[in-house]
Amino acid sequence: MDFDLMITSFPKLLGATVVTLKLLSASLFFGLFLGLFFAILRLNKNIFINKFAYGYSYIFRGTPLLVQIFIIYFGLGQIEYLRTTFLWVILKEPYWCAIIAFTLNTGAYTSEILRSAFQTIKPGIIEAGKSLGISNKIIFYKIQIPIAIRQSLPAYGNEIILMMKGTSLASTVTLMDLTGVAKYIISTTFKPIEVFIVAGGIYLFMTFIIHNVIKYLEKKYSFQQ
Amino acid sequence: MELLAFGKTGWGDELFYATLMTIAVSITAMLVGFFFALIFTPLKLSKYKTLNLFGNFYTTVIRGVPELLVIYLFFFGGSGAIMYVASIFGYYEYIEINAFITGSMAIGIISGAYSTEVFRGAIQSIDKGQFEAAKVLGINKFGQFYKIILPQMLRLAIPNLSNVWQITLKDTSLISVTGLVEIMRQSYIAAGSTRDPLFFYSFAAVLYLLLTYVSMKLINKLEVKYSRGY
Repeated sequence: MDFDLMITSFPKLLGATVVTLKLLSASLFFGLFLGLFFAILRLNKNIFINKFAYGYSYIFRGTPLLVQIFIIYFGLGQIEYLRTTFLWVILKEPYWCAIIAFTLNTGAYTSEILRSAFQTIKPGIIEAGKSLGISNKIIFYKIQIPIAIRQSLPAYGNEIILMMKGTSLASTVTLMDLTGVAKYIISTTFKPIEVFIVAGGIYLFMTFIIHNVIKYLEKKYSFQQ
Repeated sequence: MELLAFGKTGWGDELFYATLMTIAVSITAMLVGFFFALIFTPLKLSKYKTLNLFGNFYTTVIRGVPELLVIYLFFFGGSGAIMYVASIFGYYEYIEINAFITGSMAIGIISGAYSTEVFRGAIQSIDKGQFEAAKVLGINKFGQFYKIILPQMLRLAIPNLSNVWQITLKDTSLISVTGLVEIMRQSYIAAGSTRDPLFFYSFAAVLYLLLTYVSMKLINKLEVKYSRGY
């Protein structure tokens, strides 16, 4: 055990954690909106809209995240037309490519979580709202969404943790996130176990925090029985 | 389309063998995972606190740390660990471990943590009466597990194990960083030499979709088989 290496690499890894957290929060933020959008499309009665939303979530859940990042980072740059548009400003940066890939990926999982949450809402609740003369729009925003959020909290908590682990793939497109820096230190010092303990410890600490925040929220928003 | 031709001109046969490699790694990893689940599920269900601690440590650490980091640990640390053990026995030559073994061990340990959780959940959801009835009938511990608990547990575990299989299948793409030529690595090589990454990575995505689709269909059949009588 090389404790000196563990102590000297800790601040470097902690600095890289900021990149990981930035990637995570940006993709979760955009992914939540994308997920909600596609969940609503899934509930649409029009079969084409419905199938489109299903296809999106099927493709992004059925392929590895690594493929998705590579298609966006290496693949899209190949299209000549894209290079002339303003999109190229975003797509030439690995940072934004990673965020786009993570957003699309977490959006697919989030849409499934929200869809099942919407579907488990008892029809009686919506009927009660209707018979009270509340408009459809308000039923959706004030009744369905809050219940769906509460229902989907445990599954969404898991998704946050999965996404946090997913951000490690940013290191494959040259981003120096926590895993990227850990790999760099390992490959220069050849001391994998020490670095793994420190980097893994930081990841576990983040998992621990996310887990407890979700647990707290679940308690806070649980129905008064 | 000529890019996908078989033979020397295209990448068809290379990608075909790469797909077989992905399947081979996934199955090996899944089996390694079952082996770990077989050790750690009893630990997690044990009456003794210390054994519980070991079981929980394994599942918490592996499920809380990115897969890529675990793969790097095995990739960079694997041969070092083997050489350390060999040096105790007086062997000092350089030992290189096969990328296939490193990869399936790393993915297997990850998949094992998920399998452990699935088996634990399945066993815990079996009615207590079943254990008691088996005990009352004087069936020995071995028979209790294999003849009574296991068949019921499998029925409950199969839907969740199918999720674990999907995760494992997708995680094998990460082994490409160690240089094992599976779908992802082969696409990387093909994309590099033809300068057509969009096509090859999209094709890799199609291959993965095909694998997940076919395995879903097969697992659904298995599910029907084990749910007879319900």
